[in-house]
Amino acid sequence: MSRGRGRNQFTFNVDALGFGRGDSLPTTTHTPSPLFPPMQFQPVPLHTGEEVEYMLALKQELRASSKNLPFHIRAARTKRDVSRYSDKYQTGEPKNNTIEWSPDWSRLPKELCIKVRKPQKTITGTKQQLKQRPKVAASKEDILQKLETLEKEEVHSEEEEDEGKKKKQNDDEEEEPEVEEDYDEEELEDETDYIASYFDNGEDFGGDSDDNMDEAVY
Amino acid sequence: MTAQEVRLCGLLLQEHFGDVVENVGTHLIRNGVLTLRALAHETKLALDLVKKSLCVLVQHGMCTFGPGRRGPAGPVEYHINCEHILHMLRYPRYIYTAKSLYGDTGELIVEEILQRGQMTMSSTVKTVADRLTHNMPEGQSMDYNEVVSAFSRLVETHFLQRCPPMASAESSGTGSAETPPAVTQPSNPESHPDCYKLPYISLSGHGKRRRSSEDGEADQRAAKKAKTDSSECGDEGIHWQVNFERFHLHFRDQAIISAVSCKLDQTSGEIVRTMLRMSEVTTSANAAFTQALSANEIFRALPSNYNIARPILDQYLTLLVDDPMEFVGKAGDSGGGMFVVNLHRALANLARATLESVVQERFGSRSARIFRLLLRKRHLEQKQVEDFAMIPAKEAKEMLYTLLSENLVQLQEIPKTPDHAPSRTFYLYTVNQLPTARLLLQHCYKTVGNLIERRLYETKENKRLLEKSQRIEAILASLQATGAEATQLTEVEEMITAPERQQLESLRHHINNACLRTCGVNRSKPTRTCKLLTEMAVEPPRAQTSDLLAVRLDSSENQVDETIFLLESYINSTQASR
Repeated sequence: MSRGRGRNQFTFNVDALGFGRGDSLPTTTHTPSPLFPPMQFQPVPLHTGEEVEYMLALKQELRASSKNLPFHIRAARTKRDVSRYSDKYQTGEPKNNTIEWSPDWSRLPKELCIKVRKPQKTITGTKQQLKQRPKVAASKEDILQKLETLEKEEVHSEEEEDEGKKKKQNDDEEEEPEVEEDYDEEELEDETDYIASYFDNGEDFGGDSDDNMDEAVY
Repeated sequence: MTAQEVRLCGLLLQEHFGDVVENVGTHLIRNGVLTLRALAHETKLALDLVKKSLCVLVQHGMCTFGPGRRGPAGPVEYHINCEHILHMLRYPRYIYTAKSLYGDTGELIVEEILQRGQMTMSSTVKTVADRLTHNMPEGQSMDYNEVVSAFSRLVETHFLQRCPPMASAESSGTGSAETPPAVTQPSNPESHPDCYKLPYISLSGHGKRRRSSEDGEADQRAAKKAKTDSSECGDEGIHWQVNFERFHLHFRDQAIISAVSCKLDQTSGEIVRTMLRMSEVTTSANAAFTQALSANEIFRALPSNYNIARPILDQYLTLLVDDPMEFVGKAGDSGGGMFVVNLHRALANLARATLESVVQERFGSRSARIFRLLLRKRHLEQKQVEDFAMIPAKEAKEMLYTLLSENLVQLQEIPKTPDHAPSRTFYLYTVNQLPTARLLLQHCYKTVGNLIERRLYETKENKRLLEKSQRIEAILASLQATGAEATQLTEVEEMITAPERQQLESLRHHINNACLRTCGVNRSKPTRTCKLLTEMAVEPPRAQTSDLLAVRLDSSENQVDETIFLLESYINSTQASR
């Protein structure tokens, strides 16, 4: 007589489990599965061919050239602890409040409008820090008039390396002069580090010393 | 936006536009729509930087703006377009397509417009002419007219389109002309009737050759001249952008034609190409099948170098219609038979082939057999799977459970009794194509993200070593070119010390393992009938191994992108048909 008619049987089809009675279960895992498990099947090799190579070259070129476009935005470096002498000469740094390309502002919302900064000429010796303070006091109309006259001059002489004034003419949305970019013309003429008026070429030296040879010169 | 898509968008923005734009873009994606102030607050960046980044994103069409929740009077809200960012992966493919269709001029035009987002026609023509002149031999220069004609052809075939004009939101109350509103909103480009109309511009001249000595000056003058000249050309304010949809249609057609050529033969591929070409203009972008074309028309439109007789064409068409892939269908009998190309069904079949190929490459051909079986038969019990696939029970179980754990196969329970007792429930295995395709698409995005990150890591780690070895290579090459002695060559080679050489060797071994592991598993083939490529014997060339690794990672990105395109097209086609 069987002990319990349904007791010793499973309620479902045992074969469906995948293992029979008495088979050992697979060992339990003690660690998480490996991050890069060994692959059972090797991957298929990459496509090759002229088309593929060309597109690869294109891709690398695009990546490299996009770094040089003005759309690649770098945040301006925050000021270091002290102001340094070299700050005067580092003119190529991006500034946060200017944009390096001129989009079509009519297609953008007004709130995004930002001063357009024209790419600077790389001249060593642009004295940006020498702000012409008196000019700030000048009234707007005077400045506009001066701009117009200068514009006419500038159209004739394209050889003038007059960076700052060019910017003023082209920038219609300016409300106050770009004080930073204003510097004297004569300082740029020689493209050197030295301001022309400061330089003394020594021709006058020696003319005074003929009189008093006895006195010591300090 | 899924997490993987967001991550990939962030990586792409960082690569092309830098960290600032990446920061802004990622926050916009995560938060949906934001105003300028909210965005500056979230990203903790300077307001000007945020403004600049938004300008960049809007310029490239990746971000749109519109009046906010408070109406036109409230602040502007910005909304990012993720798909546009993901298209950046495909830029090389767009440029290459333009090259194959319209030559170098077309290629440069598309490249310029892609890099700058939007451009006017005159500035594009000038820039491209200058670039072409630069590459030409001395004394020759590129005429503007040729560039203009290439541009016109691109516009006529709809590869370029005008940027949509800003629709200004006017207040209904006042009738007088007020100052332009603070917010202008772009509309759908296609809705503008002049979308593909070329402006009349008076532009004549030649490309200017740029001399390297007067680099800065010439740039200045050229830039200034370009600015004053564009106002004379008469197309101020008309900007052009690349029409990605049209390129995608072209890629889709290419995929269908290559599938047919692979499965049947070259001639059938040509016939399908002719049919697609004829229905380019008449078929809308989301159509399920092309317009019906009669066999007579097809016969007349076949390219002249394909001299096939009329009865042969009829036989080919019958073959195409009877093929189980169902690329071509018969829609009627007039005119010798009316035939259509089933676009959506073709995409579905291509996607299915992709899925099967992935399963085959990852889990083996027997698992692929089970997968195909389930795709065909929809729902099967475990016992039936073993019988139909003719695989021993134990192995079939193991494979099924592996596929189940990877989510490629789903389990459907059908209870016989209301109490869902396991002994009285049917357990059916099934494969749903659409969800599986979506899953695979997310895997692909993750893969490309991994590839990019790995490439950046490798480049950074080995930058110093790479540069040094490249320098040595260059020196060696120049010495060999000038015919140096062996002693000199060995001396130069010794400049790489032994530990460095070891490092290079170990990098060499990384190529076959790490990069293929991350990328290989998700590559696929467009049709199941394409033959498997034989294992390539990988001999690392003498070139820098880390460089080679970066190159292979790059190439893998391009190829995963092909799969992404197929799966995306399939998923979009199913959405369109609903």
